[in-house]
Amino acid sequence: MTDLTADPAEIVEPADPAVGEVLLQVTDLSTSFTSDRGTVRAVRDVSITLRRGRTLGVVGESGSGKSVLARSIMGLMPSNATRTGSVEFGGVEILNAPPKAMRKFWGEQMAMVFQDPMTALNPVLRVEQQITESLHEHLDLTKDQAHDTALALLTSVGIPEPARRLRMYPHEMSGGMRQRIMIAIALACGPKMLFADEPTTALDVTVQAQILDLLQALQRDRQMAMILVTHDLGVVAGRAHDIAVMYAGQIVEQASAEALFARVRHPYTEALLKSIPKLEMAKHTRLEAIGGRPPDLVDLPVGCKFAARCPYAQDRCREEEPELLPDPDDASHLVRCFFPVSVAASAALQATAPVAGEELA
Amino acid sequence: MRVIGRRIIQLVVVFVVVTFFTVLLISLVPGKPEIVVIPFDNPQHTQRAAFRKENNLDRPLVIQWEKWAGKFVKGDFGNYYQSTGTDPVAKRIKSSAPVSALLILYTQVFSLAVAIPVAIWAAYKSGSRLDKLLNATAFAFISLPAFAVALILGYFLGVKYNLLPTSGYVRITDNPVEHFKTMVIPVLSLSLGQIAVYMRLLRSDLVSTLQEDFILMAKAKGISNRRVLWRHALRPSSLTLLTVAGLSIGTLIGGTLVVEVLLGIPGMGYLIGQAVLARQYVALQSSVALIAIVFVLLNFLIDYLYTVLDPRIRERT
Repeated sequence: MTDLTADPAEIVEPADPAVGEVLLQVTDLSTSFTSDRGTVRAVRDVSITLRRGRTLGVVGESGSGKSVLARSIMGLMPSNATRTGSVEFGGVEILNAPPKAMRKFWGEQMAMVFQDPMTALNPVLRVEQQITESLHEHLDLTKDQAHDTALALLTSVGIPEPARRLRMYPHEMSGGMRQRIMIAIALACGPKMLFADEPTTALDVTVQAQILDLLQALQRDRQMAMILVTHDLGVVAGRAHDIAVMYAGQIVEQASAEALFARVRHPYTEALLKSIPKLEMAKHTRLEAIGGRPPDLVDLPVGCKFAARCPYAQDRCREEEPELLPDPDDASHLVRCFFPVSVAASAALQATAPVAGEELA
Repeated sequence: MRVIGRRIIQLVVVFVVVTFFTVLLISLVPGKPEIVVIPFDNPQHTQRAAFRKENNLDRPLVIQWEKWAGKFVKGDFGNYYQSTGTDPVAKRIKSSAPVSALLILYTQVFSLAVAIPVAIWAAYKSGSRLDKLLNATAFAFISLPAFAVALILGYFLGVKYNLLPTSGYVRITDNPVEHFKTMVIPVLSLSLGQIAVYMRLLRSDLVSTLQEDFILMAKAKGISNRRVLWRHALRPSSLTLLTVAGLSIGTLIGGTLVVEVLLGIPGMGYLIGQAVLARQYVALQSSVALIAIVFVLLNFLIDYLYTVLDPRIRERT
């Protein structure tokens, strides 16, 4: 679903990472939920730095904690969740802020685009009401001002006939249109930071690229920081400046997109890349799946959490947990592995990396 | 338009079925109906003979029904026979029906006005001690029959502390203050059970609505909890409540019967109660038919309200 025409070198601007202030500083964030079965440790010791105008892609399979991470940063948690660590947003510590204080951030400073536009829009309210309510809440606009702003927002997310759409209910629109509405709602108050939680997973393949391009364009125009959560490396390829790969609640590999695709270091990232179908494959080629399943987050194994599924695992991996450490050759490339994928193997993989601009659908 | 046409057909079917059985009622009376309905007649039995002719009791059942229905739709509801004289049932219904209608209206409005905020509160705090307490209280209320509540309230509010009249009725046009005072005990008696049912229903629907993505989305907009609950959660959760509120008008009609007799309120329940005791089958027949029609009409209104509450239903009908 990567845009075939996009030249990745153009999209991932090799900008100096120092450009733009640090907007989000997450340090050792852990999130757990109490459940009947015990404590579910959904996110463990995640640290992230994000500057304005930059996009971080968070990649992992279902249950890797990537969506929980986004919600933990934003503070949209159910009552049975516990978070530890630190989340600084614009220099303010917000991890333990009461919900009432968080409401000043939600919608106004940070906003979220949810996965499924079929269920995330209120079925009984008109689109206009759903867009304008945060305008009234945060910006104190009059009815007419809010209406005009809503019209402008719909235009900016590429919705034709915005005046007519405003009067419609969500069920009267297509999935792609609804996702555009959701993006318009998220952007209503001009947030500095946008969380996109699998924004295209529920959409038709043909619409996915459009929505991703739209998000990218809006992010660039508005100089927002964006966290793009996805299970699909193809989605972040060419769209994210930095990539964090998550497994069992931890970041296992973190680097700039270029560095990551140039030299994959973690066996899990490698396995993810191998599982993507490629155009030059013969028809009916079996895709490489990752054997086994992710560990139970209630009862995590000792040692490396990926060891059970890792083709390179050795005894040490099952006894001792590796730390997220800088790669000896590139200090900005972090890997949580005792035996990172060799450079030679990585070079071979590089040919298959999605940055090469292949169709990944 | 097609919907309205379908509704009218439904209404006719309900009317035919209900009234046919009420007409049958007279024929099922043990002994001769005219003797049961008119126990004291003049020596010539002219009243009884007139009654037989009036209700076409010598003709086939279908003709009886047809003649009765023909008069009914014209507003002739038959006669109420008493030793003191005969008067039209329509006259009695005309004075009783508004009393019961008001009683049921007040009960519904009061029940919903209490149940909705309490349910929202309980759902918001779902799983908490408060929620459990509210649920247990509701359960106790459901278990209390209306007449028991009427007696208890009558004893405390009426007799012991002498705050309210324990029986009788004052029309709103005569004295509004007294009118509402006489309505307090009956409305409370009928409401407790309704509040409990409505509250438990709405609470459980709300709890599941609050799990929906669009609620999280609404929260993520930074709007207040109050707004999330009342504006985003309540409407999509209220369809079951609406259905049950409509159906419980039937329960309430039954409830008013007991409560009206107990508290001396001259409504439809009181009228029907008297008609049963005096074996006034004609009056009974007309009252029951009228109530059935009103009940069906109200539920048509409820069906329409669905489409107001949920735009997705509008498409389908």
